[in-house]
Amino acid sequence: MDPNILLAIPLLPLAAAIIAGLFGKLIGRTAAHVVTVAAVGLSFLLSVQVAWQLISGEVGVYNDSVYTWLVSDGIRMEVGFLVDHLSVLMMCVVTFVSFCVHVYTIGYMHEDPGYQRFFSYISLFTFAMLMLVMSNNFLQLFFGWEAVGVVSYLLIGFWYTRPSAIFANMKAFLVNRVGDFGFVLGIAGVVYYTGSLDYRAAFEAAPMLAAAEFALSDTWTVSAITLICILLFIGAMGKSAQVPLHVWLPDSMEGPTPISALIHAATMVTAGIFMVARFSPLFEQSEVALSFVLVIGGTTALFMGFLGIANNDIKRVVAYSTLSQLGYMTVALGASAYGAAIFHLMTHAFFKALLFLAAGSVIIGMHHEQDMRKMGGLAKVMPITAITCWVGALALIGTPFLSGFYSKDFIIESVHEADRWGATYAYWCVLIGVFVTAFYTFRMIFMTFHGAPRWAAGEGEHASHDHAHDDHGHHGGTPHESPWVVTLPLVLLAIPSLAIGYLTVQPILFDGFFGEAIQVLPDNDVLAVLSGHFHDPASFALEAVKHPPLWLALAGVVAAWYFVLKNPSAATNVASALTPIRHVLDNKYYFDWFNENVLSAGSRLLGRVFWKAGDQAVIDGALVNGSAQLVATLAGVVRRLQTGYLYSYAFWMTIGLALLLAWFLILA
Amino acid sequence: MITLQHMLTLSAILFSLSIAGIFLNRKNVILLLMCIELMLLAVNFSFVSFSRYLGDLDGQIFVFFVLTVAAAESAIGLAILVVLFRERRSINVEDLDTLKG
Amino acid sequence: MLVQLLFYGFSAILIAAALGVIVARNPVYSALSLVLAFFTSAALWLLIEAEFLAIVLVLVYVGAVMVLFLFVVMMLDINVEEIKRGFTRYAGLGWFIAFAVIAQMVAVFWFRGFGIDATQGMAPLPADHSNTRALGEVLYTQYVYPFELAAMVLLVAIIAAIALTMRKRPGLKPQDVAKQVAVRREDRVRLVKGVGTKGVSAEGEQAAEGDK
Repeated sequence: MDPNILLAIPLLPLAAAIIAGLFGKLIGRTAAHVVTVAAVGLSFLLSVQVAWQLISGEVGVYNDSVYTWLVSDGIRMEVGFLVDHLSVLMMCVVTFVSFCVHVYTIGYMHEDPGYQRFFSYISLFTFAMLMLVMSNNFLQLFFGWEAVGVVSYLLIGFWYTRPSAIFANMKAFLVNRVGDFGFVLGIAGVVYYTGSLDYRAAFEAAPMLAAAEFALSDTWTVSAITLICILLFIGAMGKSAQVPLHVWLPDSMEGPTPISALIHAATMVTAGIFMVARFSPLFEQSEVALSFVLVIGGTTALFMGFLGIANNDIKRVVAYSTLSQLGYMTVALGASAYGAAIFHLMTHAFFKALLFLAAGSVIIGMHHEQDMRKMGGLAKVMPITAITCWVGALALIGTPFLSGFYSKDFIIESVHEADRWGATYAYWCVLIGVFVTAFYTFRMIFMTFHGAPRWAAGEGEHASHDHAHDDHGHHGGTPHESPWVVTLPLVLLAIPSLAIGYLTVQPILFDGFFGEAIQVLPDNDVLAVLSGHFHDPASFALEAVKHPPLWLALAGVVAAWYFVLKNPSAATNVASALTPIRHVLDNKYYFDWFNENVLSAGSRLLGRVFWKAGDQAVIDGALVNGSAQLVATLAGVVRRLQTGYLYSYAFWMTIGLALLLAWFLILA
Repeated sequence: MITLQHMLTLSAILFSLSIAGIFLNRKNVILLLMCIELMLLAVNFSFVSFSRYLGDLDGQIFVFFVLTVAAAESAIGLAILVVLFRERRSINVEDLDTLKG
Repeated sequence: MLVQLLFYGFSAILIAAALGVIVARNPVYSALSLVLAFFTSAALWLLIEAEFLAIVLVLVYVGAVMVLFLFVVMMLDINVEEIKRGFTRYAGLGWFIAFAVIAQMVAVFWFRGFGIDATQGMAPLPADHSNTRALGEVLYTQYVYPFELAAMVLLVAIIAAIALTMRKRPGLKPQDVAKQVAVRREDRVRLVKGVGTKGVSAEGEQAAEGDK
């Protein structure tokens, strides 16, 4: 494999980002989007070529360093690529979704003054994400990790004049930082034991790490691998928005819809999942860490789903859906079914990006309205959007033969097969989550596209402004279908949402697609067990009637239809009956309240204490001014000795003399 | 028999009397100078008696020089006093406190 | 026996004179007491057979230094009433300190060793021993440098005393020889045109005034 091609894949988007970013005003809008779309498109084609070469067996896995940055104390810090099946899959997904979003943005951000800046940012993001997935060492991984965080910050706060956007981007960055802290500690742990940042060294040392014990205190030791894996997973919790570090994702909807699709559905948030799968040799050695992963994932999967039920903002519903699906992927990782997790990552990227872009299309059509209560009956006026959205929704809930079905069902089955601590809890979470997912997804579909149009009354006034607004110049008129630059990506994404599951499930999950990239200990290999039951995609789909998920999903759809279309008043009755639960859901389980009023207020209080008491009182007052004051006071006292008065001097001299004599007398 | 102790005791008495004089005197700078002379006398006494009783002439040589220096010092001290009196019109020790810190 | 009597007698007078210096109200009385003290100590030194120093004490100390003191005391027009010796608040402390010092020294001499007891008496001197001669022999050979230095000290003292007390009388115009020698022609003479045959003119007078 030619390293130059591998270098070109991330560097092309970087070059385009620099051109569009620094010279955007100079070259104009059209040139900016042409450059970036071309670069990302080229990157996608190269990724597909590399993938083809690797999968067909033409070339072997590439794992080499391209540039040595510095060597310090024996630790080599390099730029290197590890291109195996796992990374090429991610590369293709990232570049494809990025390409679709780039094209979509041409239409979506058409009238935005920051047009070139936006393209620069999304190309920069593509570069960072590619560096992350292609990395062969922890340092480059961390670089990519942080870089995607930074670009996410820039993009969430793209409309920086809006206070809610600034609040959201700071929140995202800070919560990510908390996760990154754990991540850095994990990397430090690896370096501590192996003395190297390279993946190879870490993987080879994995059994040794499993045996090593790390002393947390005099009496408490943990297995080193458990500690490292949990710390690394904390980083994944931040990036992939698992409970309790999930709070940033709903607020990140303040950014423009294209980035919600790109970053917060398909690529950045999956970095954590990718990372855990990449480090499967390490995680496999620690049962404790995997149980931890299971529990966190299960909790996220179920409880975030509940929040989606109660929300009325179309983008936020999709955001909570993303959180919930990330929980599914995490659960798969915890069950040692890494392949299933990556597979779901891929299928989810497609249909979730599709759902976000469709939501964006609806928002354009509704002239910046995002409240679903003001929508309804849009299927007639926005047919392409409606159809693609239906496809995405069906894929999401796990309709047989569609892509989501294969990925989700295998996750559920894997967790059922797994027998480690926490697996039963996680199994129930994901199972109930199927019902919840179907319910909120189709609630969204029915409220938005079907039923009586509620927008006829409300579109005269220019909708409520309390959610993020995309600045477009449309005014008045009924909703209409979006331009082709918007609907083309929707169609492009609908195709894999339909087909890719059926086509790739067998090769990816059961035919050893990942090869050496993912290592599973024989005891834990649930996918191998499942492969016993699996014959081919079609029969598996038909067998679905024997398993609970299909019926739960169907129940969810029926319930949504009932509460939204058939009998809306029943919804309000149930809601008022369950008011306390409603309150908890509205306050998002009080996570935000806790963060704002306990953690952040507490930190500010601590800061104030340190300022007033520590800095002003102690350091300025006692130490700096105090010591000066002490000297002054002492001087004031000692000054009295210097009376200028002969007699005092003679007096003291004589007394001193007498004392001296006495002293010598006594001494001798 | 007059021993060394007698002479030294006499010297000690003279010395402490001069110290007492410095303490007790509050009004007269001249008296201060005179007490200093007395102190020097006491010390000379000591030197001479040591020299005589130990048979070493160095003590008397020292007295020689002490006498010289004492004369010089009292001359200069009195000159300063005269100039001071011209300026202040007072030799009260309590008035001389301009070096007060 | 006689020696002891003389010793105790002179000592008593000496101590009384010292007390008189401290206690007397009139500074002149103090000065005179000091003179008495010096005389008595000279006598005591004679008793010790240090005759040269005894005479020097009288000549130098009494003759020069005390006379100087008396000059100054009488020259300074001191208001005697002002100089009433009020005993200060430190009087008790002062006497105590004096007593303490005496006690300590006595403790050292009489009650401790230091080998002072060894020297019980004076070593007898040969009949033709001359204290002056012995001093001279040592002074001009071993201690000649300190001797010269002592002379320097006296010189410095003279100059210092004169320099301190000298004052210039106002209105006096002394000659500054250095300035006189350093004068230049330009400071004294100036050639002016146009003055002369016609008689003294205004400019001429002014020009003349302009010179120093």
